[in-house]
This record gives sequence, C-alpha cells and structure tokens, in this order.
Amino acid sequence: MNLETFIEFFSLQNPNVRYVVLGSVLLSISSAIVGCFTFLKKKALLGDVVSHAVLPGICISFMVSGTKDPFILIIGAFLSGWLSIIVLDYIVANSKIKEDTATGLSLSVFFGIGILLLTVIQHSGNAAQTGLDSFLFGKAAALVGKDLLAFSIIATVILIVVFFFYKEFKLVCFDQEYAKSIGLPVKKIELLLTSITVLAVVTGIQAVGVVLMAAMLITPAAAGKFWTNRLSIMLLLASVFGAFSGIAGAYISYAAPSMPTGPWIVMILSFIAILSFFFAPEKGILIKLFKQRKIRNQLLEENLLKSFYKIGEMNEDFTASRSNEELIEIRRFSSAQFKAGLSRLSSQGFIKKENSTWSLTQEGFQKGMRVVKLHRLWELYLTKYLRIAPDHVHEDADTIEHVITPEIEERLEKLLEYPEADPHSSNIPYQ
Amino acid sequence: MIQQVENPVLEVHDLTVSYDKKPVLWGIDLSVPKGAIAGIVGPNGAGKSTLIKSIMGLTALSSGYVKIFDQELNEVRQRVSYVPQRESVDWDFPASVFDVVLMGRYSKIGLFKRPRKADTEAALFALKQVGMDKFKDRQISQLSGGQQQRVFLARALTQQADIYFMDEPFAGVDAATEKAIIQILKKLSEDGKTVIVVHHDLQSVSTYFDWVIMLNLRLVASGPTDQIFTSELLEETYGGKLTLLSEVGELMKKGQYPSRDKQ
Repeated sequence: MNLETFIEFFSLQNPNVRYVVLGSVLLSISSAIVGCFTFLKKKALLGDVVSHAVLPGICISFMVSGTKDPFILIIGAFLSGWLSIIVLDYIVANSKIKEDTATGLSLSVFFGIGILLLTVIQHSGNAAQTGLDSFLFGKAAALVGKDLLAFSIIATVILIVVFFFYKEFKLVCFDQEYAKSIGLPVKKIELLLTSITVLAVVTGIQAVGVVLMAAMLITPAAAGKFWTNRLSIMLLLASVFGAFSGIAGAYISYAAPSMPTGPWIVMILSFIAILSFFFAPEKGILIKLFKQRKIRNQLLEENLLKSFYKIGEMNEDFTASRSNEELIEIRRFSSAQFKAGLSRLSSQGFIKKENSTWSLTQEGFQKGMRVVKLHRLWELYLTKYLRIAPDHVHEDADTIEHVITPEIEERLEKLLEYPEADPHSSNIPYQ
Repeated sequence: MIQQVENPVLEVHDLTVSYDKKPVLWGIDLSVPKGAIAGIVGPNGAGKSTLIKSIMGLTALSSGYVKIFDQELNEVRQRVSYVPQRESVDWDFPASVFDVVLMGRYSKIGLFKRPRKADTEAALFALKQVGMDKFKDRQISQLSGGQQQRVFLARALTQQADIYFMDEPFAGVDAATEKAIIQILKKLSEDGKTVIVVHHDLQSVSTYFDWVIMLNLRLVASGPTDQIFTSELLEETYGGKLTLLSEVGELMKKGQYPSRDKQ
C-alpha cells in the first residue's frame, strides 16, 4: 500500500476503478437503507431468503434470453426473489408451520432449484454461460458500465421510495395494527417494502454473492442502531457505514489485487459493527463497563466512610485517627481495594492521612453519617412496611443505602416520622 | 341481560370470530349508546381483546357485522381511534415520544406528505393533555410503563375521533397514570365521545364505567353498570366455563368445520 496507488485510486481516472467504486457505494447504500427497515421489523433473515431465491430467476432468464444482459437477469432475479417472500408469507398465514421453519423452507427450496438449473446450464455447452456462477460469489471487482447503470437506476428507485414512504414505513415497522386501524393500506406498504428489499438484494448479490448478502442488509443497520435513537439518523449512519465500506473494500482489492472486493466490504462493515458494539456512547459495552466501575468505586468509598463512622460511634469519638487494622475489623475489604479506596477518599478530601493512620474530615464524617442513616432508615422501612423480620433486613439495606437519592431520603424520613432508632435499636443519626 | 339501545354509536350484530376454525367469540349482539364509558370485563382468554380487534377490522369475522355510527368502519375510520396493548410493540424502536404521538396524524397527513404545522401542534396538545409534554424528546425506550401508556393515549387523542377503543390502558400503570387516564376518559365522555375499554380490575369497574360489557367467549351481559354489574352476572361471567361450548369449539378446530354453513 503506497501513496501512489492511493492517489491513483481516489483520482478515479481509471474507468474500471470508477465502476467498481461507484457500484460498490451504490449497492452498499441501497442495502443499508432497506436493511434498516427489515432489521426494525425483526425480519433480519428476509435478506438471506431473497438472496438465495434469486438464483432460479437468474438461471431461467438466462435460459430464455440466452444473454447475460444485467437488465434481463435482474428482472428474472427480482421475480423469483419476490415470489419466495410471497410463498414464505403464504405458508405462515395458511399453515401451522412457524415463521422460522417457513423461512428455511422457502430459502432452501428456491436455492435448490437454482443450483439445479445452474448445473443444467453449465452442462449445456452454451459458451455464453461462463460467469453466470458469479452470482453465487459476487464479482464486484469486475463491474462494467452496464452494471453500473442498472445499479444507479435501482438505487435511485429505492431512495425515492424510501423518501416518499418514510413515515408509512416507520409506522408499519413500529406498530402494524395501529397502522391498519388508522386506515393505512398496510398490505400494499409491506409489499412495497418487500419489493425494494428484493431490489436491493438483487443489486447487492452481484457484488458480494448469495452468502454475504444478508450481512450487507443487516450489519449497517445493527451498527447504526448503537449510535442513535432516531430512525432518520440511523438510516443516515447506516448509509455512511455502507458507503465507507464500499469504498474501502474497492480500495483494498485495488491495492492488493489478490483481495476480493465483496468479502472485504463485508469485513469492513463487520469491523464497524464491532467498533460500535464496544465504543458507542450509552449503548456500547465500554461505557457500560465504565459505569459499573464507577458504581463499584462509589460502593467501596461509601462503605469505607461507613466503617469510619461506626468505629467513631463505638468509641464516641469521630475525629480520632484510625489504623488500617481497626477499619478492616469492622468490614472485610480486599487489600488492593482497601488501599485504593483510602487513597481516593484522601484525595477527594473526605479523610486525612497522619503517618499510617487515617481520620475523617468534617465532609467525610457527614458522608459516612448519611450512609449509616440511610442504612438504618431502610431497615426500619423494610420491617415496618414490608413486614420483613429484623434479622433479614441488613443485607438488603447494605445495597439500598447507596442507591437512595436525597429526594427519596426526604420522603423516607417523613414517612417514618424521623425515627430515633432502627429495628436493632441502633441510633439513627441526623445532621 | 343484554340491553340494546336506540341509535347506538356501536352496533355489533351476530359476531362470531374463530382462530383456526375454533370460535373464540360466539354470536355477540350488543349496542353501546353515545357518550358511554364502557368497560369490557371477563376472565383471561374470554375474548376481550379479540372483540375490540374484530370491531377494528384487525381480525377476520366468521360471521356477523359491526356498525359504527350506523356505517361500515371504512366509511367512518376518521372518527374511530384505537389504542393497542402497550406490550404489542417493541419500545426499543428508534423514535422519540413526539415521533410516536405524531403517528396518530398520519392518516390525516396523507400518503407522500410531510407533517404540517397543524399536525405538530395537535401532537403537542395531546402530549399536554396526558401530562407528557416535558418528555416530548425523550426516547421511547426510556419510558416507564405508565408513560408508555400515556404516549399511546396521546397518539389516539391526536386523531380527534368520536369513538375510542382501548385495549387494557390500565394494565401495569402507576396510580398517577391511572388517575390521569380516567380523567381524560371522563372528559371525552363529557364532550359526547364514546370510549370502550378492555379492563381487568373489577374493583374499579363501578367508579370508572357507566356501561359494562361482560364477556366469556359469549356475551353474558351488556348494559348500564348499575343494572348489570351484579354479583349474579359476575358469577356467570367468571364462574364455571361453559365446558360444552369449549368442547364443541375444539371439535370444530379438529375437523376444520366452517363456522357458518354456506351452501
């Protein structure tokens, strides 16, 4: 990979590069947008069915026409892909067969017929048939001008349909029964959605092949959903992810000629999805881990302060210095956590270090006292309102004491009428 | 006891609904007067939701017909509103509270068109009515059960319909929401609108509803609450299932008999 190849590629001087880049981008965007709707409709496997089911259509159009003209093949592919969905829906509606089984049935029967026809064609001795099997594995690196024209028309059709039926698609995906109840022609809208799904698959399949097509539909949608809670932005993100993967896939196969374009598009899409899974704000795994860590730290710090307070309570002296041993005697902390917790509390100004002992600051004293207060208030609440035995309330209160907000604290105090003592007759401290 | 009314806003005539040939509602005949707040009660599996869905044309009828304002549903759809069960949708869908409420205006907006100012204002007004205007930009995935229910109600209110069908609007909501909803229903009824509600909690029936429909695969009773909501009729509704009826239903399913012999 060097700069020269990079410039050569992105200048788009070479018509072959132009076809591949534009073709990949168009089909990635089309499938990403359509995929968002099938994803939200929880019909993720629909793309898989259609992509397998277009094969018999392609073979039949070739057998009838004798050419590999992309327009003619696309018409055949469209019809048989479409038929597979109709068959699938019919089976679900009119038999006891469940959707997953019907999906498998429709997929394998259509694909089986397709493979059968393909084999017949391959043995027929017709010289024009070479390359027909590229529908199975894709041929993104070998796209030509006529393919590109077909892709552009299909992508434009898909974009126009989504633009005009955006709100209807949205409602049908979210709440089909309500859509029917307000009089939307739900059946027709679904048929339209199915049709553009088939169109997107028919285009995409020529680049990435039958097996990877489902990924082209679903992966951008799944990745986009991690970053947003708005449908319009999800569509936009999915298209951007799709377009980026299209360009990157084309570039990789250009820079390293032994690399296939289609599989690389899917690889990059998957990579984006994995990144989203980890790094997305709110829904990503990392932010969740970070939040959990923060909560663990909060628990540790509050438990330490509580120990200080309890020692102070026993000795009737809250300001004296305490040694590590004294603290651990009150509550068992793991030694690594113990040290880290104390040093954090000290840097936050809740405790002071004197030689190897620690003492509470005024702020630390108040914070510790509040935790003890909440613990005892909650114990009292449990025994009084939930009628839980006093010897069963401690564990629960140990957690809840960290959860209670100042507003709930106030309500709890009022509800219990500022009690003096908890169920174990320990004093409930107030400021 | 089934009380029919003059000039009903809703008339259900000889309605039978079957799933896989097994009738789940048998020959329902009822009518509801204008301005009623009617509760549909009955045990689990009595066909309460099915009744509403078949009135709304969401479930195919095996026999009979439904008339709303003395017309076919399709003639008067603009005057009819439906609130589905809260659990019937995936609340993780990428949409805000406002997005969902605006959906109530989609049929008024029409195909191909974008929402107009009147539509956004209607949605905002409905949000205010249910006390959710502060949450308009909130993601629907972050709502509590009660808030979800209010959003669904607001969506229905934007339709400015004359008759409302609600499927379990009080199920799993907090006390404040329950109170807010019932106030809205009372207001609708005062304005001459009719509300028909699938309801579970028998304790609140006599305070919430002035009309009661008691259902258990067949219609047990339909009429004003003070006359109908008696321990006798309740016992008939909730007490022993008509085992004979269920067994015949099973036989019809087994043999795939049509519910009406059309020869």
